[in-house]
Amino acid sequence: MLLASSVQVAQNVGFGIIAAVMVLSAFNVVRTQNVVHAALSLVAVMAGAAAQYLLLNAEFVAVTQVLVYIGAVMVLFLFGVMLTRAKLGKDVDLNNKGGTAIGIPVALLLLGVLSYVLIKDFKGDKLKVSGKADASVKTNELLSDKIFSSYALPFWALSFVLLAAVIGAIVLARKD
Amino acid sequence: MLINEFLLLGAALFCIGVYGVIARKNAVLVLMSIELILNSVNINLLAFDRLWSEKVPVVGAASPHLDGGVFALYIIAVAAAEVGVGLAMVLLIFRNRKTISLDDLSEMKG
Repeated sequence: MLLASSVQVAQNVGFGIIAAVMVLSAFNVVRTQNVVHAALSLVAVMAGAAAQYLLLNAEFVAVTQVLVYIGAVMVLFLFGVMLTRAKLGKDVDLNNKGGTAIGIPVALLLLGVLSYVLIKDFKGDKLKVSGKADASVKTNELLSDKIFSSYALPFWALSFVLLAAVIGAIVLARKD
Repeated sequence: MLINEFLLLGAALFCIGVYGVIARKNAVLVLMSIELILNSVNINLLAFDRLWSEKVPVVGAASPHLDGGVFALYIIAVAAAEVGVGLAMVLLIFRNRKTISLDDLSEMKG
């Protein structure tokens, strides 16, 4: 039985619109013939994901998503497109020959299995999303407490991963 | 809201990303598809984190509340590192062979 107050109409409508934009943009990323359009569609997917994080009360992750993905990673992608001298217009040679014939069945099978398992196992689980910060839970404070206490060692290891990645990228890409 | 709305959105994005990895030949576009996959995982992690934090009360840093957020931050950082190294490799391949078509890199096929 569904009570009107437990359905959360506004959140559901907002979620639906953003989710539709995300899925359509994701299709555009994998189907378009233009590399720059693919990169810009990826921006739409990332921005939609950031909005979903806000809906899930994860403000810090949403802001990080905007800064790191939309800010840094997309610039890297556009640099990659420019530096490899991809055609900036339409390019018909972006897909594998048998890619569609193999890719669509694999993706559909995967989607079917995942949907079946998720619908079977999480049918009744409800989230009380508000989309606005709960004043009694200091989310950012708790997140920073976690990162610098119980997750300090992975955080430390991650900084080495980033250091190694930066040095590796420089070593790989330099000319000599 | 049902948690399945978020989980099915994540599943759909994941499958689109897998299709992109299989169907694309351009190395930069394959990296973009991998980003789609990583983002879908982040949506899943945060949805499960929300589900879990509603079942368990928030009591200090030892509660599981926001563990999913920490994992999502780590995934974002690892994805940034992966894109940096991946694009450096793509640039190196392009410089040596004047193409980034993955079909042409078949020397290791016996």
